[in-house]
Amino acid sequence: MSKPLIRAMRAKAIACAAAALLLLASTWPAAAAEPIKIGFGMALTGGLAGNGKAALIAIQIWAEEVNAKGGLLGRPVQLVYYDDQTNPSTVPGIYTKLLDIDQVDLVVSGYGTNLEAPAMPIIMQHGMTMMGLFGLAVNDQFHYDRFFQIQPNGPNAKISSIEGFFEAAMTAKPTPKTVAIVGADAEYPKVATEGAREIAKKLGLKIVYDRSYPPNTVDFTPIIRSIQAANPDVIYVASYPPDSAGMVRAANEVGLKATVFGGGMIGLQFAALKQQLGPMLNGIICYDLYVPEPTMNFPGIKEFLTKYQPRATEAGADPLGFYLPPFAYAAMQILGEAVEETQGVDQAKIAEYIHKTAFKTVVGDIRFAANGEWAEPRIIFVQYRGITGNDLEQFKKPGTAVVVAPARYKSGDVVAPYTEIKH
Amino acid sequence: MAISLDLLLGAVVAGILLGGFYAAVTVGVSISFGMLDIVNIAHPAFIILGSYIAYIVNTHFGLDPILTSIIVAPAFYALGAAVYQVYHLVFERRGDESLRGLAFFFGLLFITEVGLILVFGVDYRFVDAVYVGTTLHYGPIDLPLRMLVPFVCSMALLAGLQLFLSRSFIGRAIMAVSQDSLALQLMSASPARIKRIAFGISIATAGVAGAFLIIIQPVEPSIGRDYIGRVFAICVMGGLGSFPGMLAAALLLGVVESITATFYGPSWSPAVAFGFLLLTLAFRPSGIMGR
Repeated sequence: MSKPLIRAMRAKAIACAAAALLLLASTWPAAAAEPIKIGFGMALTGGLAGNGKAALIAIQIWAEEVNAKGGLLGRPVQLVYYDDQTNPSTVPGIYTKLLDIDQVDLVVSGYGTNLEAPAMPIIMQHGMTMMGLFGLAVNDQFHYDRFFQIQPNGPNAKISSIEGFFEAAMTAKPTPKTVAIVGADAEYPKVATEGAREIAKKLGLKIVYDRSYPPNTVDFTPIIRSIQAANPDVIYVASYPPDSAGMVRAANEVGLKATVFGGGMIGLQFAALKQQLGPMLNGIICYDLYVPEPTMNFPGIKEFLTKYQPRATEAGADPLGFYLPPFAYAAMQILGEAVEETQGVDQAKIAEYIHKTAFKTVVGDIRFAANGEWAEPRIIFVQYRGITGNDLEQFKKPGTAVVVAPARYKSGDVVAPYTEIKH
Repeated sequence: MAISLDLLLGAVVAGILLGGFYAAVTVGVSISFGMLDIVNIAHPAFIILGSYIAYIVNTHFGLDPILTSIIVAPAFYALGAAVYQVYHLVFERRGDESLRGLAFFFGLLFITEVGLILVFGVDYRFVDAVYVGTTLHYGPIDLPLRMLVPFVCSMALLAGLQLFLSRSFIGRAIMAVSQDSLALQLMSASPARIKRIAFGISIATAGVAGAFLIIIQPVEPSIGRDYIGRVFAICVMGGLGSFPGMLAAALLLGVVESITATFYGPSWSPAVAFGFLLLTLAFRPSGIMGR
């Protein structure tokens, strides 16, 4: 064989081997790539577990969708999470383990102010960027520039998460002059009632009742009676789910008289309490984040809920999923986009990207302010109306939770007084 | 706040109704801890188990929760007897009941809670009963049936148990084992058998109290922990082993909590209520009607 022929054959053999190697590499499963680990604590047991489990399902849906498309930066997403038991004392230990032992690349917070705040010192020590899942004014004390809150509180969370209630209340006739403020002895209600006091003073409302109650209160009748004795026009309540149920029940049993009743009652947004309380909710004005009203039809939200609802029903989590789940999903959309656009898990670059970008998510467009809160608040206040019986299907249609504030998303006017609305 | 008579009357009545519920929740501990010296810290978990059984039957068959709890009481009795048998063989017989026995019941508490979470999930559950949502109004007094029905049933439960303990042979044997188990043994009665029966009754009452709880408020698996402190405080305040004392303590706690919440702020309720506990123990260390 001649030398040129040998050289030509050698060249062809090398080219074939290279092509074969390239083909093998391109078909190598993505699972062989190092996963991007996202760590968090979540309330899977305890008082806030109803929402915690729902948030977890939303995050899992996001992770599965991302992995189905090849992961982030070609790397599969792996969720590493632990149950914080709705117990704030477990949180520092969980995040220390996530960061020092599990070596996660990204972190997300647990659900709720009480479970987010304890994580902050650990996160700050490690220089991590963190997406917060529903905390009120968590960053007000820390001023950490790598913290982002997915609850649409706005830059002044203490005020903007409450002012819509008073904005709606002041449209009632006759115009209210007095207010009663009551909340649980816990982080969120303390901040919320502080905000209510500030707004009440600004509006010239006289505060005729201003007390708190211990979180494990069984009977709320004495509290409601005491409030009734003060004869307020407006009653603002900041409560957690079991207390919200107790307050609403007690209000119905005592025959509470007021022009406007409601406020920051966590729990009324959940399917379980909607089903339990049913018509007792009628007339109450309460905060919410998403309701299926025509003014809140964001791109992607219906598709997300279509995936979420059957899984949640099977898992024993909130079957409606209007409250935390869309926002937990949006938080992951934001984190995922930041990782893709910054081409890595550099925490400083991710934080910088999130600060300067307007994101399109299933809960609409989101921009963040310097303190990590939404640049524009979007807490809505709804008035429950026309609820009959305890069937959940009625809540999937518009009309049972009418948006009364803010004006941008309003789908109806306030009906007052609360006393005369059929419960 | 100025004290209005109507408001005071309302607070007292609400407190009595609440106290009646506390009594039902505590009566089982009064038997297990007060009479048998068994620190059954898992008692609230059995109450929650009772709540969930009432929930299942109510949801699927529409049966009243309290009726359900009476029907399943024998099953709870059997469960309690089985738990005591394990406790007796593993801990009590070996003299390990103090610390290791306590750890056993802690473990039982968490296993029960986690088991309920795995089966039912973590959402709040509630029941549908004809009387929930109805309130009787008599002038300034409001009697929500949600509280009144459990109160009446609780009084009936306590009266029945007191009659049983004072008039029946087994009941008197239970009182005897709480006073002097050696003396009982000398009379050819097996203390272990009597304790097994008593513990079974204690857990059966937990099942019934669970039905009351889920009528009064929505329930989720970990809510039992909120009651651990209360039940043992009432049991001690009333006097170990005394049903009338326990009832008095429960009613006192309920009324104090209610009046404090109405006039001075709900935040003060636990402090004032447990302040009464300390005062009671300071002047009567054996409790209101302790032996």
